[in-house]
Amino acid sequence: MIVVDFVVYLFTVLPDLLPIILGLATPLALGALCGVINERAGVVNIGIEGIMLWSAFNGYLAGFALHDTIGAGPSLALGIATAVLTGAVLGLLHAWLTVTVRADQIIAGTMMNIAAFGITGYLNRLIITPSGRGGAGVLGVLHLPPEVIGLPAVGPIIRMFFEQGPIAMSVVFFVIAIQLLLFRSRWGLRTRAVGEHPKAADTLGIDVFKQRYLNVVLGCAFAGLAGAYLTLESTGSFQNGMTGGRGFIALAAMIFGRWTPVGAFLGALMFGTATALGVVVNIRVPEGDLGQILKSIPTFWYAALPYLVTIVILAGVVGRSIPPAADGVPYEKEGRA
Amino acid sequence: MNERPPALEMRGITKRFPGVLANDDITFDVRAGEIHALLGENGAGKTTLMNILYGLVSPDTGEVLVDGTPVTIRDPSNAIAQGIGMVHQHFMLVPVLTVAENVILGQELLRGPFLDLPQAARRIRELATQLGFDVDPDVRIEQLPVGQQQRVEILKAIYRGARILVLDEPTAVLTPQETVEVFTVLRRLQADGAAIVFISHKLEEVLAIADRITVIRRGKVVGTRRPSETSDVDLAVMMVGREVLLRVDRGKSHPGDVVLKTEGLRVKDDRGHEAVRGVDLEVRAGEILGIAGVAGNGQDELVDALVGLRRPAGGKVLLGGAEITGAPTRRIRDLGVAHVPGDRQRFGLVLPYPVEDNLVLTSFDEPPFATGPLNLLRNDAAIDEWSERLIKEFDIRTPSRDVRAATLSGGNQQKIIVAREFRGANRLVILDQPTRGLDVGSIEFIHRRAIEKRDAGTAILLTSADLDEVLELSDRIAVMFRGHIVAIFDAAVAERDRIGLLMAKGGAAAA
Amino acid sequence: MRQRIARRLSAAWRTASIPVLSTALALVVAGVVVIASSAFTGNGFQPLLPVGAYLQLFVGAFGSTTAIGNTLVAAAPLMLGGLAVGLGFKAGLFNIGVAGQFLAGAFAAAVVGASLATSTGIVAVPTAFVAGALAGAALGFIPGFLKARTGAHEVVTTIMLNNAIGFLLTWGVTDLVRAPGFSFPRTGDLGNSALPILLGRNLHIGVPIAFLAIFVIRWLLERTTVGFQIRTVGANPNAARYAGMSPLLVITFTMALSGLLAGMAGAVQMLGVIGFYASGISANVGFDSIAVALLGRSNPIGILFAALLFGAFRAGAPLMQITTSVPVEVIDIIEALVILFLAAELIVRRVFRIRAARAVPEEIATVTRTWGEQVAR
Repeated sequence: MIVVDFVVYLFTVLPDLLPIILGLATPLALGALCGVINERAGVVNIGIEGIMLWSAFNGYLAGFALHDTIGAGPSLALGIATAVLTGAVLGLLHAWLTVTVRADQIIAGTMMNIAAFGITGYLNRLIITPSGRGGAGVLGVLHLPPEVIGLPAVGPIIRMFFEQGPIAMSVVFFVIAIQLLLFRSRWGLRTRAVGEHPKAADTLGIDVFKQRYLNVVLGCAFAGLAGAYLTLESTGSFQNGMTGGRGFIALAAMIFGRWTPVGAFLGALMFGTATALGVVVNIRVPEGDLGQILKSIPTFWYAALPYLVTIVILAGVVGRSIPPAADGVPYEKEGRA
Repeated sequence: MNERPPALEMRGITKRFPGVLANDDITFDVRAGEIHALLGENGAGKTTLMNILYGLVSPDTGEVLVDGTPVTIRDPSNAIAQGIGMVHQHFMLVPVLTVAENVILGQELLRGPFLDLPQAARRIRELATQLGFDVDPDVRIEQLPVGQQQRVEILKAIYRGARILVLDEPTAVLTPQETVEVFTVLRRLQADGAAIVFISHKLEEVLAIADRITVIRRGKVVGTRRPSETSDVDLAVMMVGREVLLRVDRGKSHPGDVVLKTEGLRVKDDRGHEAVRGVDLEVRAGEILGIAGVAGNGQDELVDALVGLRRPAGGKVLLGGAEITGAPTRRIRDLGVAHVPGDRQRFGLVLPYPVEDNLVLTSFDEPPFATGPLNLLRNDAAIDEWSERLIKEFDIRTPSRDVRAATLSGGNQQKIIVAREFRGANRLVILDQPTRGLDVGSIEFIHRRAIEKRDAGTAILLTSADLDEVLELSDRIAVMFRGHIVAIFDAAVAERDRIGLLMAKGGAAAA
Repeated sequence: MRQRIARRLSAAWRTASIPVLSTALALVVAGVVVIASSAFTGNGFQPLLPVGAYLQLFVGAFGSTTAIGNTLVAAAPLMLGGLAVGLGFKAGLFNIGVAGQFLAGAFAAAVVGASLATSTGIVAVPTAFVAGALAGAALGFIPGFLKARTGAHEVVTTIMLNNAIGFLLTWGVTDLVRAPGFSFPRTGDLGNSALPILLGRNLHIGVPIAFLAIFVIRWLLERTTVGFQIRTVGANPNAARYAGMSPLLVITFTMALSGLLAGMAGAVQMLGVIGFYASGISANVGFDSIAVALLGRSNPIGILFAALLFGAFRAGAPLMQITTSVPVEVIDIIEALVILFLAAELIVRRVFRIRAARAVPEEIATVTRTWGEQVAR
């Protein structure tokens, strides 16, 4: 009975929930894209969390520094550019460490996470906190005419994808584009070859190092965009450690999606839903017993839910997903083999 | 006739790796329309020479000439541009990509921003027809049998316009019948004017296919012969440097009771497909049962199931009459089963460990190597003494017992495993590819030890992708094909050709 | 005799040189960051700022007996946490969950400790301490079991547990065990459950316990058959299976033991320093432990020295921030840089032109490899 009530409740709130879900899924999906693009080329990146955080900060810092002089709009645009660039530059560092120096990829990622946490905390305390000023605000959300929202069946879907700021709106485009490119383009073919059997690619004259550099930098630019979403589209402020594990949930989404962009996006939506649930039961409390039950669950449980869901999903799904064969293995050129 | 310069010439190539002189002033050439074999033992330096030619390894000194012009080959794309193609010993194919994707990789056919796979498929079919075989461009490499994978490798080279084709041990993984088919393809290429370098350590094959044969030993050219002017014995002496026993004298076996018995054993592979499909086997005390078969016909899964590394999907395994189906490795070992694994570096050794720790890897928690309550404490004195003894007894060439196993040669690494597994009174020893990639000295040593072990009354199960090894060691030979044992012969009456046919085509060929 | 000492020393230098030089390089580069960022503050560009800051850092860590006491007290949880991470590395596991296990240990120790506040110390202290250790072990067991069972990689699952446990413990202290009479949710006073002070103002018994743990873990790894199994699973899991060991069991056991050590770190910090559990207590130990384990090359003795170093950093940092206004977060930056130079040891070799043993423990390759093998058996 309660279960039925719950399902009914979910469907009633779903139209309002959908845009929230996509918003919550956006940084996860972008982070997962970073993971897919990196790992398909054979580079493990557990530093997505840190890259997201650092980019979020730098993007925010750019908006914070510039909005008085050039206005909110342009400073937000520059903020996004700064965040994406930060992601790319950090990607370059990760690529250098993992591809050129052949450092252990997990350690390199750990270093990135700690470095991002430290440097953003440091600069936040040094520059932003003492100033007492705010940032450049947030990117606006597209407001749709009520006739569109009211359309039966497709209305909520349109709302989900278009009643969003520019970054969240772009996610679907990026996911589809990368999916197509990965499986249909020259770049994608070479990426997969380099991630599965780098030596085979090398013997065909493909520069494994260059391909991995390209992919790590490109992927991390997406992680940078995810960071921009957090400070410039979602919250409009920066807090220390604000990524809160999203970079790792993104990796779980990637694994769930079996290293494909569309699959990872679906994974991100699922985690977004788990989070959104905690938001919506407090805003729109259902009536009757169900409401009593849902309200009696402490809010902290809802907060912990997405993380627990991630663990459960990961434990349930990895048995069936097979990562790129050379994932995490540095490529060494000269050998006796 | 010889006025044109050779299609390929390598002059004075020298390459030193830490501790090894892999190539020592090697000079070698091959003409258009010629098949020139490069013959040598494992580790003689053949592969290094060809990797230099292909730009995978850079030489210390020496030069490469194509059509009489010196060229610099820094990486594979230079080699490809010079019309050099290579079929590597371990195929350079991406298993999860299709044939077409593998062939065009690096020289993609595009339509707009995307790959033009239909056109690629047409080109591939055309080329395959020219070479006299058939291939489906849209199937994934991992779904193809080894022989066909090799043809895809050849296609890759031809697609890139290779006129100089290098094949590194192309027959190592093929059945005798598949070998014949590859030879047909090579002759066709030769007739079209390709220059072919054929690398092998198999005397008969080289004599059958080559126009000229150059023998390499320890990085040096020993000499070049024409097949008409030489013999297998002559070549073997050149290759190894001394008269070798082509067959180890193994004496008669005296089989006793059945030690290992499987009944309808079925085992699945990593992908969940049934790789062993109902195998009935018996191995008796004091005999060697050899399993012949092309790699990938279920031998690995069979061995895994016997030693408890993989749970059988059905059937029974009996050891001395007691059922051990699905028992943990630990228990099977305790019952007296020893195992020399096929992949020694991945399974048999902990490379960063010192030799002594590797020598007790499978007995570390048994007295006297462990003491104290529940055998929780390590007994260094006992381990030291034991390792010193085994190092001497098995002639393991190591500076000391504290040296990391990783620093030893392949032969000595394998001796560590053999020493450890042959210790004590085992009832059953499973030898999985026991001499793959080893030098002749180590092979002889290990074969001799195996026969001694047999004569001491141990049951031995041998698997090997090298049919010659199976023929040489076994008292009885079982042929495995697609997860079935298709025939069992007494070694005395086994015919090489018939076994080869069974390896290639299974029971259908026997009918 | 002298020759033997010289040989010993040169062997020690071969193992320690990269960690030591990485730390030196990290301090230099962090100094440059401090100088560069000083330009953005009200005080303007200060090229000599790092000198003053590091001096204050040193004074704060070693300037007095109290300061040295503070350093040792700060080092104790880092030793335990560093051992937790280092032990994981030995088995080819990366326990990034030390932060969560630390919090769980601190919480359990605080709750049990507060409830035993009026019992005699001889009962209260060990009980509270063991409760903390077990809570950590329980939290470490979960990702270990999941990895052994399903292949779910501990790098993701432990981080997720860190985040989840933070919320769940906050709920616990808010709704379940909140002590009456305080303006914010917290546990009650520890009373007799607090760790006894041995020396000076704050040198509690947790410090010798941490030292003891170093030697116990070293003994476990080097001298026992259990340690041999842990090391074998870390160095080559396939060979471990082949040899009849059970990586499943070893992984689960090692993660639980690792969690136990992290829980001990939490208990030591709670019963010896913090005194009560409230939302937002620092779990710095989490990241610090990773740096300590890497810097100590996951060798217990190395971890001892690395923990003392980071203990000094943490103990000295507040004085540095007060007197020179260089934020304490600079320690995090130094930490990241140390790991950077350890990971990219090639740079260190080039800069100092040295030959030395590899700095990053080899077993970490197993951590990375299992990421690419997330396939259940």
